[in-house]
Amino acid sequence: MNKTLALAFGALLAASPALAQEEPVLNVYNWSDYIAEDTIANFEAETGIKVNYDVYDNNEIVDAKLLAGNSGYDIVVPSGNFLERQIKAGLILPLDKSKLPNLANLDPAVMATAASQDPDNAHGVPYMINTIGLGYNVAKVTEALGPDADLTSWDLLFKPEVVSKLADCGVAVLDSPSEVIGIALHYLGLDPNSESEEDLAKAEELLNSIKPSIRYFHSSQYIDDLGNGEICLALGYSGDIFIAADAAANAGQGNEVSYLIPKEGAATLFDFLAIPVDAPHPDNAHKFINYILEPQVVAAITNYVFYANPNLPALEFVDEEVKSNPGIYPPAETIAKAFVMKAHSPEFEEVLTRTWTRIKTGQ
Amino acid sequence: MTATHDPTIPPPRRLKPWNAVERGLAKVGISGRMLVLIAPALWLLIFFLVPLAVVFGISLATKQFGRPPYSALLSTEDGTVQLTLHLSNYIRLFTDNLYVAAYLSSIRIAAISTIITLLVGYPMAYAIARASDRWRNILLMLVILPFFTSFLLRVYALTGFMRGNGVINQFLGLFGIEPLVMMQTDFAVYVGIVYTYLPFMILPLYTTLVKLDVSLFEASADLGGRPLRTFLSITLPLSLPGIIAGSMLVFIPAIGEFVIPSLLGGPETLMIGRVLWDEFFTAANWPRAAAVAVAMLVVVVVPIMLMQRAQSAVVEK
Repeated sequence: MNKTLALAFGALLAASPALAQEEPVLNVYNWSDYIAEDTIANFEAETGIKVNYDVYDNNEIVDAKLLAGNSGYDIVVPSGNFLERQIKAGLILPLDKSKLPNLANLDPAVMATAASQDPDNAHGVPYMINTIGLGYNVAKVTEALGPDADLTSWDLLFKPEVVSKLADCGVAVLDSPSEVIGIALHYLGLDPNSESEEDLAKAEELLNSIKPSIRYFHSSQYIDDLGNGEICLALGYSGDIFIAADAAANAGQGNEVSYLIPKEGAATLFDFLAIPVDAPHPDNAHKFINYILEPQVVAAITNYVFYANPNLPALEFVDEEVKSNPGIYPPAETIAKAFVMKAHSPEFEEVLTRTWTRIKTGQ
Repeated sequence: MTATHDPTIPPPRRLKPWNAVERGLAKVGISGRMLVLIAPALWLLIFFLVPLAVVFGISLATKQFGRPPYSALLSTEDGTVQLTLHLSNYIRLFTDNLYVAAYLSSIRIAAISTIITLLVGYPMAYAIARASDRWRNILLMLVILPFFTSFLLRVYALTGFMRGNGVINQFLGLFGIEPLVMMQTDFAVYVGIVYTYLPFMILPLYTTLVKLDVSLFEASADLGGRPLRTFLSITLPLSLPGIIAGSMLVFIPAIGEFVIPSLLGGPETLMIGRVLWDEFFTAANWPRAAAVAVAMLVVVVVPIMLMQRAQSAVVEK
């Protein structure tokens, strides 16, 4: 009897250091097409941590999983306005910055802007910067609008007489109420983060006026459709549209896709690497974030996904064609006009969602 | 008693451990027969009634931002337990036209799809039932064959057919016909639902049709009944149980369909499954989403009960 007890204790003692050190597993939940092909494999090779990698295509689904709790994920990548709410709801673990020496690589200007969503940059590390703009099929849009068409403005989407000419070749819009309505408000010269119902009504009117020309609202379908000529104009995420442009070029069907940051200014989004409060492997998550903050690692991701990163020393490792693309690394005057989405109050969120459904379905 | 047993066949031998278990259970008043009934009852309780009760409970809470994203029903204050039930979510279902419109639209889409599925499936089932034995198994196999591929993949494959530069439009293009816009329309949703649920219509129809007594048709023909008359007054009434069963198997899941309208439908294809998704994910309003789900159950249960009654009426006749 005593012997068994001693054995059990021995096993427990032997196991305890292993308990202090996490099992070498990391569960990552990231946007689709949002990492270089070899990033995960390189991280696994360097650290010996086995990564389970899942993808999503909208912020809402991450939100729902975090709210439900026990998602099992160690890393999530919410956009700033979602992260802001999630922090307030206590869903995100504060970062242990002593484990993230590479934080020093990040652009202080970006960190200052990010702090408007994540106070003191305490919970999230900006991963990629992207804009919401217009992707279009050059040949089809020129054919529909004529060679003198103005391809520099939001008018392309928000002027009914312009967009109606594109209805036949297909127009798609993100299925994301806060983002699309924010952009509509900005186009109207109003505050994109306004919570006034009067402003919201104006945005609704604008969107209703172009609604007959919109074929569908979806947050990822347009990547394929723009690439193979199924649609000719999409309100979408910059990086996704560059993926479509790449696919179109490789398919060799003569489709050329271009990305436009309209001159009036585009929505800028930061997606943050964050750790859920109930993450099973927070230590490994910190290791992963620190790994992503390595200049070469994040530059390789930028070169692959065509999103700008806020990592200053990484810039020298970014390909010239990516760096010089104004759609990815926009010029200073575009940055000056850009705006950031803020989280809305739950009450306004409710009105916003209802308005969005009315715009989409007519009900 | 004694005569019933053929002496050459020994009575079935039972396994010893089972005897002990059975004796033990008998002591507390549980017979083997009851045990057989308890298993499915437990299954229903754990995987249907308990989750349903949880959903119903959430539907009586209010949204709050936190984890969990809904208010607690029970709270203790000064030593008293308070039960707070909010009916606002249900009231909202009636005061906001969105929900009623979505339910009606779902029922309409499901009903039209069911009728189309019946019209397409009936001749197929009839042909299979009347085919020779060798062909019958091959044909049945073909009906079941699509299930070997993922449902999601099959719906995606349909987009390849219906898209602007898809197979159908390329074929039409050979005759100089302008490409048709089929994707993101109600038409595409009907194609998707009919295609996906056709086997669920064919199989119950087939089982009733194959059991029909051929001599009835012969009798009808002998008495001068033309084929159409024979079909209307003999085949159709006798296959009614199959029609009802098949229609239920198509209609009920089609009402709550989410994947098909999201992949194939346009923004105006209003279905309750999509509304539920928006409430749950976009608005993060779990209590309202739960109320929509409970209401959907009611909307689905009523037609089931009506059909069940119709079916038992047919069987009694």
